[in-house]
Amino acid sequence: MSVVLLAHGGGGRLMADLIREVFLPRLESPELARADDSALFTPPPGRLAFTTDAFVVDPILFPGGDIGRLAVCGTVNDLAAGGAVPLYLSAAFVIEEGLPLEVLSTIVDSLAATAREAGVRVVAGDTKVVPHGKADQLFITTAGVGCVPEGVSVSGHHARPGDVVLCSGALGDHGMAIMVARENLGFVGHLESDVAPLNDLTAALHSLGPDLHVLRDPTRGGAAAALNEIAAQSGVAIQLHEEAVPIHAPVRVACELLGTDPLTVANEGKMLAVVAPEAADAALAAWRDHPLGREAAVIGEVLEGPAGRVQVRTAFGTTRILDRPLGEQLPRIC
Amino acid sequence: MCLAVPMQVKRVEGHDAVVEQAGAALNIRTDLLDEVAAGDYVLVHAGYAIQRVDEDEARETLALLRMFGIDTQTGQTTDATG
Amino acid sequence: MRLVDEFRDAEAVAGLREAIARRLSRPAKIMEVCGTHTMAIARAGVRQLLPPTVSLISGPGCPVCVTAQGEIDAFLALGECPGVVLASFGDMLRVPGSTGSLETLKARGTETRVVYSPMDAVRLAAASPEKEVVFFGIGFETTVPTVAAALLEACRLGLRNFSVLSAHKRVPPALAALATDPELAVDGFLLPGHVSVILGLEPYRFLAEQHQIPCAIAGFEVTDILEGILHLVTQIADGRAALANQYPRVVRPEGNPTARALMERVFTPTDAVWRGIGPIAASGLALRPEFAPWDARQKFALDWDRFANVPEPPACRCGDILKGIASPHDCPLFGRGCTPARPIGPCMVSSEGTCAAYYRYQIG
Repeated sequence: MSVVLLAHGGGGRLMADLIREVFLPRLESPELARADDSALFTPPPGRLAFTTDAFVVDPILFPGGDIGRLAVCGTVNDLAAGGAVPLYLSAAFVIEEGLPLEVLSTIVDSLAATAREAGVRVVAGDTKVVPHGKADQLFITTAGVGCVPEGVSVSGHHARPGDVVLCSGALGDHGMAIMVARENLGFVGHLESDVAPLNDLTAALHSLGPDLHVLRDPTRGGAAAALNEIAAQSGVAIQLHEEAVPIHAPVRVACELLGTDPLTVANEGKMLAVVAPEAADAALAAWRDHPLGREAAVIGEVLEGPAGRVQVRTAFGTTRILDRPLGEQLPRIC
Repeated sequence: MCLAVPMQVKRVEGHDAVVEQAGAALNIRTDLLDEVAAGDYVLVHAGYAIQRVDEDEARETLALLRMFGIDTQTGQTTDATG
Repeated sequence: MRLVDEFRDAEAVAGLREAIARRLSRPAKIMEVCGTHTMAIARAGVRQLLPPTVSLISGPGCPVCVTAQGEIDAFLALGECPGVVLASFGDMLRVPGSTGSLETLKARGTETRVVYSPMDAVRLAAASPEKEVVFFGIGFETTVPTVAAALLEACRLGLRNFSVLSAHKRVPPALAALATDPELAVDGFLLPGHVSVILGLEPYRFLAEQHQIPCAIAGFEVTDILEGILHLVTQIADGRAALANQYPRVVRPEGNPTARALMERVFTPTDAVWRGIGPIAASGLALRPEFAPWDARQKFALDWDRFANVPEPPACRCGDILKGIASPHDCPLFGRGCTPARPIGPCMVSSEGTCAAYYRYQIG
């Protein structure tokens, strides 16, 4: 089995071969094929959105996706959550020597396919190889540029009392799939990451114009972290209705077994939206019409205060504070 | 102090078993139970079945709960039993 | 979820709530002994369902919380032995000993592994014959049989690179210590359902019979907890003390004798220090001498006496909080020097610890 060697990152013939054989044919990008030091492009009119994200997921191949797909979705979804239409990506690979070329090819295939799915082009790239033990198989950093359509203005600061909180689908799929795969917890099937590009889903809300206030993708820290950020940025309180939050049954079971609150678990294919109350029905309908939003739901509302507080209303009429989680989620027995 | 979830036994082989609940399947050990059969519900803690769930007892507890639920609607009194 | 969701019925909750309110004529303090009850109570907002006369206080029932600092220090010290992999339940990762935690040790390069089942640690040892896998045995009687079974499996497989550092604790001796403490001001005990799955009813009878403390063993769903509280307020209102079993679907009078037999084959009671509480006679479990090759204390010749005398953090009021004498708000460290991100005392350490629950859910 051929593996990546330190020499593949040495700037010589092996590196040229790696780029020519593994990256270029898969990424189908005229900008990359030109092999210049920078990609040149004319920006469309309007405001530009720009973001970057580093991906170090373990394992690099997981049920429902891989680090390549994740690297595209993470950046595309951050642009989408900024109200932007994503256009271009860069991708930098830090490869630990010894990574099988077959695995690298699979991941680049997946990255390329996901970019096509999202309608974005990888226009710049870089490859480095580090000695064994200096990285964990493969790290990918992507950056992305998008343009914000006229009339769209979303920000974590825009939530107002009376607004409605929507979620585009079931929460917790990605984080539980990763935890179960990484810790080898003995689960069999049924837990798959939701990793998906959400720019088409968020674009479906652009017609709401000024009634679309906040978009946020609840990644690390889950919905708990995302909603706490929004509540703090906007100086409002947010109330969730526990029963209304969609959670797939196997994820709920895994969370009960491992002592995890699904609201604190990462998602990579879900979006939260805060919209004006009069636009809630239209937003929900638009999402439910989309293949990635079939399980969309209204999950809560924005309250006056106390500023920065997120609370969950239970089926029993009681409430509890939903704090952001402390750190990485670990399986617990008690 | 201890998280445990009832799950249904699907297969048993020696002290290894596969259990399932609401679409989540898990490999567990059955060393702590003398007899386990497919179809049983067991309480799972730290990867081990620690007890069989007695479904008759569960039904009795639920019947009592239903009485409490009905009471809320009719305003009658129910005594705690046991 | 079958056999779970049925016990979260909102109408039954409303009915139980009314029944509790009707039952009680005088204020009552109920201790939920078990930390998983503490978390379930906070998650469902059970306090908001109770009349103001009923107050819930959280007892010592979190095995992570009560693991002594010295026991953690001993486990971390084993990480310095060559080839050792420290395997532990995830609960223990952030718990500070007197110098650091497993998390900080891991960050500095010690090989650690978080496992969900003790059997995962045995599998790890089987798959890595060049490593020495040491499993940190924490937990009460619910968990101890799983560790005993895993250790016996390691023996059966002839694995010589697997050992257990036992910091296990027994619940009944702690309840006995609480029941005889003259400072304890509690009108009833909500007893731990999953410990009782193993132990059955017998080990608790002395609480009602000798100490006249009303007791109810309860499950962990919201209706289980409310029904358990209803049993207690009924006894309190009637002025009697009995042992009620609200959780008969898994708690049999005789418990789980097979699990107990495994536990007793591998472990024997020993004196132990409870973090924040101090020493309690016969409240710990040590491996029996015939399992010395799998006993990390013997195998690595740990100076156990040294670790047994590690002092508790000064100013920490966890001891009083665990006994139900003080509330987290009575502690000068609560929310200031001691937070979930930088816990000092045991009650802040576990997410189900009394202080962590108070901090997270802003109780009181």
